[in-house]
Amino acid sequence: MFKWFVKWFHRMGSPPHFYRFAGSWLPWLTVVFTVLTVAGLYGGLVLAPPDYQQGESYRIIFIHVPAAWMSMFIYMVMASCGIIVLVWRMKLAEVVLICSAPIGASFTFLALVTGSLWGKPMWGTYWVWDARLTSELILLFLYLGVIGLYGAIDEKRVAGRAVAILAIVGMINIPIIHYSVEWWNSLHQGATVTKMDKPSIHWTMLVPLLLMALSFKVYFIISLFQRVRAELLHRERNSRWVEELFRS
Amino acid sequence: MKRLSLSQAFWFLLRRDLLLAFRNRSEMANPLLFFVLVITLFPLAIGAEPNLLARIAPGIIWVAALLASMLSLDGIFRSDFDDGTLEQMLLSAHPVPVLVLAKVTAHWLVTGLPLLLVAPLLAMMLGLDEDAYGILLLTILLGTPVLSLIGSIGVALTVGLRKGGIILSLLVLPLYVPVLIFSSSAIDVAASGLPATAQISMMLAFLFLALSLSPVATAAALKMSMS
Repeated sequence: MFKWFVKWFHRMGSPPHFYRFAGSWLPWLTVVFTVLTVAGLYGGLVLAPPDYQQGESYRIIFIHVPAAWMSMFIYMVMASCGIIVLVWRMKLAEVVLICSAPIGASFTFLALVTGSLWGKPMWGTYWVWDARLTSELILLFLYLGVIGLYGAIDEKRVAGRAVAILAIVGMINIPIIHYSVEWWNSLHQGATVTKMDKPSIHWTMLVPLLLMALSFKVYFIISLFQRVRAELLHRERNSRWVEELFRS
Repeated sequence: MKRLSLSQAFWFLLRRDLLLAFRNRSEMANPLLFFVLVITLFPLAIGAEPNLLARIAPGIIWVAALLASMLSLDGIFRSDFDDGTLEQMLLSAHPVPVLVLAKVTAHWLVTGLPLLLVAPLLAMMLGLDEDAYGILLLTILLGTPVLSLIGSIGVALTVGLRKGGIILSLLVLPLYVPVLIFSSSAIDVAASGLPATAQISMMLAFLFLALSLSPVATAAALKMSMS
């Protein structure tokens, strides 16, 4: 089993193999994504009952919460790729790392925007310096730093390693930043919002939420595969397999 | 030729960097001047109301310290990168993280430590409560080395770039956030007469964490930049 996994892992590292593999999986993933999203949205927007405190406007959590989860998950993906890049110098991990960054940044942005749209009717303002909002904003800056550093270095193999180091440093710092911000927030708790006590979520809301979380994960994979395929073609534009791909 | 031991190499590099800095004093004064200037801008922009200034003094002082430290970062490796010394350093038989630590220490002694001298003066001008002076100095003593250490990673990543300045701030400033939070809150708490032990302990923890981890990351980044 382990041997099989190692073999699979090494085969995945080969750009032409990954290009074909990702291409063959894309249609299936799209089907899964569509089913999950339709089911999740129908369950969340139609079937789930309105909240007794927040009315209808709570429904934004079906986008907001999965987006926020993804924003952290993708950074983990990037840091894991970073370790692979530094240890095994795997080209594909570099590509996955840098292709994840814009997707992660978009999810972070989406989480921020939906959060503040929800905040307007709930808190009466689009933005409060709440601990989660603030650390999410800093996370966005971390993503932009990765993208910016990659763009600034011309030699892309070197850029891949630079970004790998940065992603790992960021990974160590994210919990520190998160808890510092939380601490800061509890200190500066002037006339801010009274946090709602969290009641355990009812299953009619939980199921669509989990469906949406899954659908966002699948969407990430779809989007990542497409980006990685394009980036591979660009990087390997002088190699045999790309030439053969376009001759036929 | 005699081979240097590791500690000899460390002290040698530290002395060399300090000597270079003292030969070039105007450059040494720049971060300090910048620190003073930024703080001077705040009363001009916000208004000179004493209560308000005393209230925001810890934050202003620390934001200015952050910016001053960030501006001076580029000097850690820039000249050594340009004249090839850095390459020799990486080729030497000694572990690179230790050599990096020597360079960062020298940089901190030149740019971070002098802030200690002017900070009380500026705190007085801003009307910060006198009880907080001790804590202010302590946060600068504990916080600025962390800034230099974290910053060295960013510089090492960008040293090979022609226009590394803007991107450096994007990389480094988000990582400075915890230091900013704990240092300014320590001063805040001390100014209102409460003990700031928790904040100071956290800053000590940051210092040791940065001391142990960041030279390794910096060394890896330097090797990447030289490749």
